[in-house]
Amino acid sequence: MSGQSLEEIASFLLDAARRHGATEADVVVVEGDSLSVGVRLGEVEKVQRSNARHLGLRAFAGKSSAITSSADFSRDSLARLAEESVALARITAADEFSGLPDPSEVATAVPDLDLYDPSIRELTAEIATEWCREAEAAALQSDPRITNSEGGEFAAGTHRVAYAASNGFAGTYQSSSCSLSAVPVATQNGSMERDYWYSARRRLSDLDSPASIGARAAERALRRLGSRQVPTATVPVVFDPDMAASLVGHIAGAVSGGALYRGMSFLQGKLGQTLAPEIVSIVDAGDLPRALGSKPFDGEGLPTRRTPVIARGVLQNYLFDTYSARKLGSRSTGNAARSVADSPGVSPTNLYLEAGSTSPNDIIRSISSGLFVTELMGFGVNPVTGDYSRGASGHWIENGEITFPVSEITIAGNLLEMLRDIQAVGSDLDMRRSICAPTVLIAKMTVAGS
Amino acid sequence: MSNPTTGSVEPRRFFLDRFSIDDHALEETIGQAIARRADFADLYFEFRSSESFSLEEGIVKKANKNISQGAGMRVVAGDKFGCAHTDDVTIDTLRIAGETARAIAEAGGSPSAVSVHVTAPRHDLYSLGDHPLDVALADKIDLLNKIDIAARRHDSRITNVMASLGIEQKIVLIVNSSGVVVGDVQPLVRLSVTCIAEENGVRQQGTSGGGGRVEFSFLTEDDRCLSWVRTAADQALRNLGAIDAPAGNMTVVLGPGWPGVLLHEAVGHGLEGDFNRKQTSAFSGKLGQRVASELCTVVDDGTIPNRRGSLNCDDEGTPTGRTVLIEKGILRGYLQDKMNARLMGMEPTGNGRRESFGHAPMPRMTNTFMLSGESQPEDVVRSVANGLYAANFGGGQVDITSGKFVFSATEAYLIEDGRITRPVKGATLIGNGPDSLSRISMVGNDLALDEGIGTCGKDGQSVPVGVGLPTIRIDGMTVGGTQA
Repeated sequence: MSGQSLEEIASFLLDAARRHGATEADVVVVEGDSLSVGVRLGEVEKVQRSNARHLGLRAFAGKSSAITSSADFSRDSLARLAEESVALARITAADEFSGLPDPSEVATAVPDLDLYDPSIRELTAEIATEWCREAEAAALQSDPRITNSEGGEFAAGTHRVAYAASNGFAGTYQSSSCSLSAVPVATQNGSMERDYWYSARRRLSDLDSPASIGARAAERALRRLGSRQVPTATVPVVFDPDMAASLVGHIAGAVSGGALYRGMSFLQGKLGQTLAPEIVSIVDAGDLPRALGSKPFDGEGLPTRRTPVIARGVLQNYLFDTYSARKLGSRSTGNAARSVADSPGVSPTNLYLEAGSTSPNDIIRSISSGLFVTELMGFGVNPVTGDYSRGASGHWIENGEITFPVSEITIAGNLLEMLRDIQAVGSDLDMRRSICAPTVLIAKMTVAGS
Repeated sequence: MSNPTTGSVEPRRFFLDRFSIDDHALEETIGQAIARRADFADLYFEFRSSESFSLEEGIVKKANKNISQGAGMRVVAGDKFGCAHTDDVTIDTLRIAGETARAIAEAGGSPSAVSVHVTAPRHDLYSLGDHPLDVALADKIDLLNKIDIAARRHDSRITNVMASLGIEQKIVLIVNSSGVVVGDVQPLVRLSVTCIAEENGVRQQGTSGGGGRVEFSFLTEDDRCLSWVRTAADQALRNLGAIDAPAGNMTVVLGPGWPGVLLHEAVGHGLEGDFNRKQTSAFSGKLGQRVASELCTVVDDGTIPNRRGSLNCDDEGTPTGRTVLIEKGILRGYLQDKMNARLMGMEPTGNGRRESFGHAPMPRMTNTFMLSGESQPEDVVRSVANGLYAANFGGGQVDITSGKFVFSATEAYLIEDGRITRPVKGATLIGNGPDSLSRISMVGNDLALDEGIGTCGKDGQSVPVGVGLPTIRIDGMTVGGTQA
């Protein structure tokens, strides 16, 4: 069925599943094209192009379900896929909470969120290469201590998603994404430091300029030179926006319906409680035009929306898909994410900590002795308890000034206490990723070093 | 969707039939791809068939089957490469892929004649009698149910069990511009168990599992899966009563097996050829120099039968081997794929790997471990007055340029007066590759490889790997707990 539209393929599969005895079914079909190019030390290093199509069918046999997925779109293969899906569903256990969303909940229109940039399909590798070259050159030329480079890289892709279900929903949308990055290496006294900067957007014209990306990457690599450990101590810690975003990411995991019903969240049973000071508000918004985490409907055909997660310090909402909402006696928040090869799960859309009123400079200036974190490493976060211990690097703050670079240290605490101890939220929110935050100050954490 | 693929598969025949192509078309496509000033070209066909089952809350809720297939064409010229990937494999798409990929090579030259010949892989590390995909579905579901019961019986404080079973078979065929045609059939099985324990309102989790390129019966032989259940459950239970980890610099003892992830992060990535050719690794230019204490000999070995990280040949068709990375503390070798080996004037080591046809190959680890030393493990612990004993780890990460690496203990204890005492939670260890290795002061005689659950990520590509370690003592590492 190579020549047929995604919608036709989806409807063929729904029919086939029904014929084989499925009581309900849904189908997701995705196709995409991508281009990535890399330049290193001024020379083209790689050019990669790919195209891919994949589809997944979920069949229900009463309250049991299973998924089959394939990249083989031939009619015979699709027919077998439907048969196998139903057969597989019959051997899984019945689960009273399983099933498609109620028809009354599904989206009745597919809003245009401006997620697709047609110029990405027209883009040539030559132009993309030129951007990479400019970004890398800006980094290499910015300082003699930038001695090497892992290069400049551009990647872009366009995607089309079709989703149809036996509850009557059928919708498709197109989206695109693009990114440009530079990774310079700085050297001083025989030791090397590498850092990066990038810009990622839906539209080419919204990307930051190659020169600004390169310059920022170089500045970040240079400021790490000559780093050292600091003695173990308990001090205030400032997270730069990207590092603060990682904290919002841990909150995202903990408010997910999937983690909650499994008993794997440190925010279980905390709905309605004050977890943080009033300056802390975290919002999930799936319907923001052009944003990287937006989509016109979720992985189960429900409309995406704006859900306040933490409002002025109070935990107001968890995020749900249909299954986890039913398990916990709630309603889906339109946060179902569906990949072709797996059943829906909960995922944030655009999740961000709202900007505060303090400038990042004023936050730094308010600290007599503390740590400014610009990089975190490793996986030392326990989602069940909120215990937090990660490798870090950044800068030492003394009397309100950034003094010297710090590395090979860890910062540790507990996410519940860290939320409670948020003392300032910066004014510098930039929606450069789907989970983001402005600068954040946490009153105290354990810094382990020498 | 049904599996035409288990049993005995001859990869070349399989792909030629599946995509209706012949040897002549292969020769022409490859010949055309190297038509310009290219050094070499290769074509990688892949057919991956997989299934997974997962249990939670006492029932098997999920059963998934997936098929993916496609081809990747690559053309290499000097230190440049062009790649094109497609899952719609026809003569025409291969030709377009070839043109796209070779656009990177400079203009000039004319189509070269390539005549292909089939080579058998040098190793035969995982021929299976019964392919795990062919085992009855009921047996797989039954296994997960037994795991759930065993975990709950183990201790009444175990309140939830999550178990998942993943099985795949990958058929690959690599055709390159030297005319080599080599295929492989790669089975892979992975079982993972997570237990949640709860007592007095406190919850903790523990995780274990194992697998390899093995038959399904491997999971139940010698009660392996039950020992993983006990490990996961005990880890969760032990963490219920664990105290907060100390913070600061101290002596650390790592237990055998999975803690070998330290080597993976601290040295393995830093010795991959691409970083060293570009001189961006903390180990760049250090061949022949001392980078570790003389007690340390570290190897990467892709030829151990049935291991998760093993391969008959890498994804460029090079037979895997055993590469000595560090010998008695001296840096001896890098992990190489074809392109980086050629540019560095070295030999490929069989470490060119790719996640799928949709990704480009690069140097990657297989099974990376330290050889046994001479100390008794008990003596290693006894030698430490006060420190930390880490028996198991979660994931780790490294910055290969500065050499800084970090990993998190999921099972750790205080060492007090030479004895392992109280369990601690939340210990993250951070160090610098060469510096940490030079502080290794004792190496046990108890090398163990991990149980077969490791996955390594690099540049967005995940591949299965193995690690191993004997008990070792490191004099001075930063432990990142909360108790300053």
